[in-house]
Amino acid sequence: MRKTSVKKSMRRVASYAFLILLGLLFVYPLLFMVSASFKSNAELMTSSSLIPKSFSVENYIKGWIGVGEYSFGTFLLNSVVLVFPIVIFTIASSTIVGYGFARFKFKGHKLLFGAMLSTLMLPNAVLIIPKYILFRQFGWLNTYKVFYIPVIFACTPFFIFSIVQFIRGIPKSIDESAYMDGCSTFRIFTDIILPLSKPAIFSMAIFQFIWTWNDYFNPMIYINSVKKYNVMQGLRMSMDSSSGISWGPIMALSLITILPCIVVFFLAQRYFVEGIATTGLKG
Amino acid sequence: MRKATLLEKRNNMGYVYILPWIIGFLVFQLYPLLTSLSYSFTDYNMGSDFRFVGIENYVKVFMRDREARASLFTTFKYVFMSVPLKLISALLVALLLNQQLKGINFFRAVYYMPSILGGSVAIAILWRQLFAIDGTINQLITALGFEPVGFLTDPDVALFTISVLSVWQFGSSMIFFLAALKQVPKSLYEAAKVDGSGPIRNFFTITLPLISPMTLFNIVMQMINAFQEYTAPAVITNGGPLKSTQVLAMTLYNNAFSYRKMGYASAISWILFVVIILFTALVFRSSAAWAFYNDEEG
Repeated sequence: MRKTSVKKSMRRVASYAFLILLGLLFVYPLLFMVSASFKSNAELMTSSSLIPKSFSVENYIKGWIGVGEYSFGTFLLNSVVLVFPIVIFTIASSTIVGYGFARFKFKGHKLLFGAMLSTLMLPNAVLIIPKYILFRQFGWLNTYKVFYIPVIFACTPFFIFSIVQFIRGIPKSIDESAYMDGCSTFRIFTDIILPLSKPAIFSMAIFQFIWTWNDYFNPMIYINSVKKYNVMQGLRMSMDSSSGISWGPIMALSLITILPCIVVFFLAQRYFVEGIATTGLKG
Repeated sequence: MRKATLLEKRNNMGYVYILPWIIGFLVFQLYPLLTSLSYSFTDYNMGSDFRFVGIENYVKVFMRDREARASLFTTFKYVFMSVPLKLISALLVALLLNQQLKGINFFRAVYYMPSILGGSVAIAILWRQLFAIDGTINQLITALGFEPVGFLTDPDVALFTISVLSVWQFGSSMIFFLAALKQVPKSLYEAAKVDGSGPIRNFFTITLPLISPMTLFNIVMQMINAFQEYTAPAVITNGGPLKSTQVLAMTLYNNAFSYRKMGYASAISWILFVVIILFTALVFRSSAAWAFYNDEEG
């Protein structure tokens, strides 16, 4: 018996050692980013120490001012203007549509739900060209309408699916008896379903926030005036426009752009880990 | 009876709730999908007139456009390197985290966090700095007395580097594996212990078969994403050196938005789509042989 417990604790120590070492490897790039954002270019190229010689905010100032006519504040503001309405529209449309799919057995339900699920598998790459041409015909190119309007019309199969799964877990008898008592289906939605779906809605909000915040490919295609760039485009432009890349300011800007995601992550950790495990969302 | 008809009438309200989605689906998903297919048989280049060219675009990708063909091949290499690397690491860490250890939530958070940042341009820029020929990793390597490694400048190495870096964002796969591991009944391991079966054998005879549905899910999800990867190769190496990291999504983008060859680019996108469907089907097909379902659970 004693032999096995020694073996067990040795295995435990080995597990910890491995988890810690690998964990350091995982966190190192982020620590590097923080440290590099305070280093001068010369120091960056010669010293690989994680602790900078001095904590100078010069990189932040340089990066923020930028090289063109727009400061990084413009791009940050654009991202905010882009992300918040998208999150709100996503919540509104996905919950309404999810409620429709989860609680009403209308004719053609199976077919329509199947169609919705199949769009989950539809690669963005196939839609990007025809959507570009369509948006051009609508005159929406280089406006945020290309992001807002599809979301208003619930082109968010992941979130619809996850909220449908969640609503299915709420006992149907609650809203059926409310209905028999004369409560309208919309009031059931606002007064019963929505409050009970809070955890799922919260997960939806943070995932959509992070995906939209980090999105680079779509803005790159639909938005072409620098004035309307989001942070990812702004970051890419800052990197490309500085000849011989001055890494310090770029690292400072990089850190600024990932900071909101990290803050959201730590505030809402529980929702991330549980949210993706229970709803099957991709992360 | 009155209750039944009332509920039935109520069911038709469902159409009202899903109406936004029906419009969105028709206008922003189905219609683009169909037009994309029809564009792929034309030489549409954003000009006013274009003509039907049959399967010319498709023939061109495979027969005459070496760059497109090479990038298709590069995409395959990227998928077949990054997906196994990512999933094996995710499973390994999930196995470690599945023990009764203190502070497991902390480790789970540390390992998961990169996956929420992974798609960011900021991270691609970070890799570009760290792994540059005069970057920090090479500073360490030369300090130890070795020759610097062309992680991103050697055409034979660059794609592998980018694939390995994608492992950093294995968080969501790890969480899915962890959820599956928690479902494996402990009694099975206890029974195996009685039979004198060791941990390695248990892994292959109990753990792996029982989590196989989740493995299938992870493979499919990661494969679909990897086939469409754009940001990492575009920002870290910009497709270089010598186009060795130019994946199909980049070729697609260049043709559509730099050269305005919308018809041709649509054909490329459909080739990508068909490749994704074929490989997904292939994985599902093969899973009959290796994925184990407990049908009682459905």
